[in-house]
Amino acid sequence: MANTIATYLRNILDTATTVFEGMAVTCSHFIRKPSTVQYPDRVPLRVQDTLPFRYRGILEVDLEICTGCLACERACPIDCIVIGATKDKQTKQMILTRFDIDIAKCMYCGLCSEPCPTGSIHHTPEFEGADFSLESMIRRYVKEPVAAYKPKKVETDPVVAPILERGMRYLEEFASPEGGPATPDADETESAA
Amino acid sequence: MQAFLDRLIADGYFAGVPPQIVYAIAIVAAAAVVIFGFVLNVAGVTTFIERRVWARIQSRIGPNRVGPQGILQWLADGIKLLMKEELVPAAADARLFKLAPYIVVMGFVAAFVAMPFSSVLIAADLNLGILYITAVTSLVVVGILMAGWASNNKWSLIGGIRSAAQIVSYEIPAALSIFTIVLITGTLSMQSIIKAQGWAPWDWFLFYSPFTFIAFWILFTALLAEGNRTPFDLPEAESELVAGFVTEYSGARYLFFFLVEWGNLYVISAILVTLFLGGWQVPPVTDNPVLLNLLQFVTFFIKSYFGVILMMWIRATLPRIRVDQLMTTCWKYLVPMAFVNFIGTAVWVALWPNGNRPVWILMTVLGFVLLGYFFYRVEFHRRRSGADLLFSPFS
Repeated sequence: MANTIATYLRNILDTATTVFEGMAVTCSHFIRKPSTVQYPDRVPLRVQDTLPFRYRGILEVDLEICTGCLACERACPIDCIVIGATKDKQTKQMILTRFDIDIAKCMYCGLCSEPCPTGSIHHTPEFEGADFSLESMIRRYVKEPVAAYKPKKVETDPVVAPILERGMRYLEEFASPEGGPATPDADETESAA
Repeated sequence: MQAFLDRLIADGYFAGVPPQIVYAIAIVAAAAVVIFGFVLNVAGVTTFIERRVWARIQSRIGPNRVGPQGILQWLADGIKLLMKEELVPAAADARLFKLAPYIVVMGFVAAFVAMPFSSVLIAADLNLGILYITAVTSLVVVGILMAGWASNNKWSLIGGIRSAAQIVSYEIPAALSIFTIVLITGTLSMQSIIKAQGWAPWDWFLFYSPFTFIAFWILFTALLAEGNRTPFDLPEAESELVAGFVTEYSGARYLFFFLVEWGNLYVISAILVTLFLGGWQVPPVTDNPVLLNLLQFVTFFIKSYFGVILMMWIRATLPRIRVDQLMTTCWKYLVPMAFVNFIGTAVWVALWPNGNRPVWILMTVLGFVLLGYFFYRVEFHRRRSGADLLFSPFS
């Protein structure tokens, strides 16, 4: 009997104290900062700018350094890249007439950017690719036929040089078999692990 | 108000119109002003504020796009619901199905007849005001049961029956707790109960004796259950009953049910504020009657709205209880405790007819110590989580 009454009273006490404590926990959320990220328009920094250099977003082509070698077109497993390249008979110069990438088909595997000799075709951190029709999702990079890039020993053109430098850096970081720059530090930590 | 109308009639403003018709039109006009000017807006804004309060408790932000800080979200939701198609299931009892929401709304709006807003702003200071409010708010259960039955849907029916069982059970501790205050004041009129208290916390009936303090929490729990609020929202338990008695409703009738659900929050806290928290009592700071009434209205509203936020906060904290636990809580715990409180208060009033002043003040001090300890625990949990401090309710 006494035991029953003790249990009864303890139930009441437990209810009061646990609810009190639980309410304190939830009340503390009133003075905590919400963790919501208000994408897309109320973020302190564009999300694209916070993504890493190697992020596999929508593909882009730097036509200034495209050699027209068609390596990416052959590498693409789903044929979403279409390149039109012809050789000018007089000047022996490659002419790009067409460079289309179908973003609707692309599966962001990154196989096209690995064989590229100059890093011309590469992924960007851009990921907002939604559009209203399939037709408009084909990115056409060649507006009018341009001459393809000819690799030189040392690039001196002030416009092309920084683009090429970026492309080579991309290749080194993205397309190397190790998947990153082969720095001595990285090797040491890997062997240590 | 009748005296005012009589003077207008005597001055010849309504020449040739029978005074009864003038009275009737005035009553309808006053009801329309109260319902459209106050009840609908309070219920609507409450839905928005509730979503924001939940969001903050769940580390989210909540609706903040429609209007400044999302304050117009409730209008957008209301207009959307009004424009939706109103379906009546083929197998439903169409007449009862269509009638049910109006009965629910009627039971809810009728409570505002005896609801005090300030010392003069009250539609009718009925001499059995609190009994009247208890009675008409119980009318809601008729509408809910009607909705559950007429939907011809098992979930709706179970929801309706649960609601009926719940409201009938919880009326008993609620009424017993209300009568502890009636024992002290010797009146059922809402205005007289408020006038028996003062503006300061040590003049509130909440701290009158240990018994009224417990009675407050019993009444709060019982009114939560009567308003079908979490943790007692079994009639519309989403995980078991889809939406309970509102499963088959859509469009404006659905809107009516939700208007009542959120409007009821205000009614519940207004009852609690009237009985225990000093109602519209304000310090005597001004003699201007208009200013004084405005101040009283604001005081009453802020006190009531604090109760509303407390209920939202409980909804975001406590899980829904089981049906058997619901009945155990009521019959094994609340009813005996309410009876003990009732008898204890009767003895208390017999011993000290004007209240025991030292105990009253001691209870006030204890209440504030408890509140202080609560805030200490809040800060403790905040610090332990390591989260950033942010007091602003805006996002």
